[in-house]
Amino acid sequence: MNFGLNESQEILKESARKFFAGECPISEVRRLMETGTAFDANLWGKLAEQGYTGIVFPEETGGIGLGIVELALLMEEAGRALLPGPFFSTVALAGSVLVACSGNAQSKKVLGAISRGEARATAALLEATASWDPADAQMTARQGRLKGEKLFVPDAAVADWIIVAAKNGVFLAEAKAAGVRVAPMQGMDLTRKLYSVQFDNTTAEKIGEISDIARALDVATVALAAELVGGMQRTLDLTVEYAKTRKQFGKPIGMFQAVQHHCADMYLETESARSAVYYAAWGVQENAPDASAAVSIAKMYASDAARTVGNRGIQVHGGMGFTWENDLHLYYRRAKASETALGDATFHRERIARLVIDSGAVSAQKA
Amino acid sequence: MDLKLTTEELAFRNELRAWLESNVPKDWNEWREKPLEESFPYLRAWQRKLYEAGWAAVSWPREYGGRGATLMQQAIFWEEMARVQAPPMPNALGLGLIGPTIIAHGTEAQKKRYIPKILSAEEIWCQGFSEPNAGSDLAALQTEARLDGPHYVVNGQKVWTSYGWVGDWCELVVRTDASVAKHKGLTVLLVDMKSPGVEVRPLRQITGESEFNEIFFHEVRVPVENMLGLLNDGWNVAVSTLMHERGAFGARLTPMFKRNIDRLIELSRTVQRNGRPAGQDPLLRQKLAQCYAEVEIMRVNQMRAFSRISATGVPGPEGSIQKLFWSELNQRLQQIAQEMFGPYGQLVAGDEHAIDRGIWSHGYLRSRGNTIEAGTSEVQRNIIGHFVLGLPRSY
Repeated sequence: MNFGLNESQEILKESARKFFAGECPISEVRRLMETGTAFDANLWGKLAEQGYTGIVFPEETGGIGLGIVELALLMEEAGRALLPGPFFSTVALAGSVLVACSGNAQSKKVLGAISRGEARATAALLEATASWDPADAQMTARQGRLKGEKLFVPDAAVADWIIVAAKNGVFLAEAKAAGVRVAPMQGMDLTRKLYSVQFDNTTAEKIGEISDIARALDVATVALAAELVGGMQRTLDLTVEYAKTRKQFGKPIGMFQAVQHHCADMYLETESARSAVYYAAWGVQENAPDASAAVSIAKMYASDAARTVGNRGIQVHGGMGFTWENDLHLYYRRAKASETALGDATFHRERIARLVIDSGAVSAQKA
Repeated sequence: MDLKLTTEELAFRNELRAWLESNVPKDWNEWREKPLEESFPYLRAWQRKLYEAGWAAVSWPREYGGRGATLMQQAIFWEEMARVQAPPMPNALGLGLIGPTIIAHGTEAQKKRYIPKILSAEEIWCQGFSEPNAGSDLAALQTEARLDGPHYVVNGQKVWTSYGWVGDWCELVVRTDASVAKHKGLTVLLVDMKSPGVEVRPLRQITGESEFNEIFFHEVRVPVENMLGLLNDGWNVAVSTLMHERGAFGARLTPMFKRNIDRLIELSRTVQRNGRPAGQDPLLRQKLAQCYAEVEIMRVNQMRAFSRISATGVPGPEGSIQKLFWSELNQRLQQIAQEMFGPYGQLVAGDEHAIDRGIWSHGYLRSRGNTIEAGTSEVQRNIIGHFVLGLPRSY
């Protein structure tokens, strides 16, 4: 058993870190977040050149065919850089659903276009009830046409394709199809924009059943948790650096145990979230029997930990941490949006409870 | 990354499983509730059986009676022992901490003299480190040893000594030079607990038991050849013992934690709260799920730390969080048990209404010590802050 990264995984992670540091420094993040969509076509082209846009798609769909562990490593680095725009929604979320439905010719075609960097996609899961269980969708397609409203759809304004979870299946609609109306929702995270999407008798093709996409949502969830880990790591690094240089009472504040202990807890939470994410990524990749529980454990822990790490980081930064010019709040905002996306800690604890309490997966001997 | 067991790991597990199946005592449940004084000979016999089959110290090198097991194999060992609910080995400190320290720092004569009897449980070991005025600040210890011909003469007091009452030998840290910086004047002696002038007193703890002792040394004569390592190099020797304490220990705890949360979940299906099974109470099921998840994370943190040590030869930064993580987790776990059981939670062993013969009320009180023993949570956070994150020393 080896929990360490192998050589090619190390190389992937290292080169992703360098790529994001070079192509997407925080100044670029700040520039893009002030735009309407946080999308930059030039940057997107470079992501495609790296092969990142097709990283986990099977080779027969035009992808590179790497594993979920590799996706998690890439997302971790994207999270560290606070990569703005539709990478998560296109590759991890919509992409995973399309892979699950790639028996459908159109899905396969879209996957190819995504891999080549020619198309972007997103998934419209939530309705007004905001349930993360796709089986709760009320929107129903009639004669291949969708009608109604979806909310909290990431990056819909720059998507070419929108996947829709409906009561009677998973549908794929063209974003420019007749009857689609995309309107911004003003969220806290400035780097990943959210939208409401209205469908008015919009033509859509059924690409699968809701029950087909459970694993795809697990992949997206672990990818999002990995992104949170990257953000936590960056917050920790910035905070430790600040604690070493900022002086009060004639000493670096990192010399005070009250500050050290905040940093130590940030470290514990970041590393624990990372362990949980890697384990879950491997489990999903290998279809391990405990994969779904592992994904919920990872998202549950990372959701809470990212918030706590952000809180501690800002606290250690003092007044500076509360300013717009300091970068911590950008990560803090992303952490809050990602905390709820695909289910917050409470949602995933309930899922764990169903798996281990209700289903009887756990049967202990008498103590 | 590959989390499947390797061929060697599977072979190790299967060999151990087969051996345990035919050798693990079937009557441990009748013994486990008896006072340790009564069950100790039983436990010694069990360790001897493991020793004779080569299972007492799998992590040790083969030449010293171990199997040269990898860290993963050690984790498998403790998992399998927990799976069959094997009794504990009574010479825990000798096997886990002191034996490895003697192997690392001892002379050939010392290894030959002490190692086999540690393995066979013929000689039980205890550890004389903490003192009334030297807890977290261990290097401030005051027990002194002065050279007098072929002996060191020891005077002082140790406290929080596990197995002191049954110890045959003690790994004792003493001050041999009071004129230099506190870390530099320490030496480790191997002390025969039957020496004249050694007095062991029970220390009654929060649970009402006496797991620990106080030991008083009055003009105790220790032959100079019982020095472990070099004169005035005792700090390094002691630190290597402490590294063992915080390192592989987690592998032993993980299966125990797993068993405890599994048992709580099983009980949550029958124990009633507010007119329904506790596991159907919306708040309790959230807490149980959280705890289940954290036990899993403790396990994967451990696996990740072991992989890192196996790859680099040195404990990685992940290792330093284990002590902090498990100690605080156990306190949360025990509190959830209390919430789930309501008024039944407080009942102690001997009460006919106590759940699981009172182990949960005991566990609640005992877990209070987890964030104090083997380095307080405050000290662990200092270590992470300074040694892992590179923050300036606070003291």
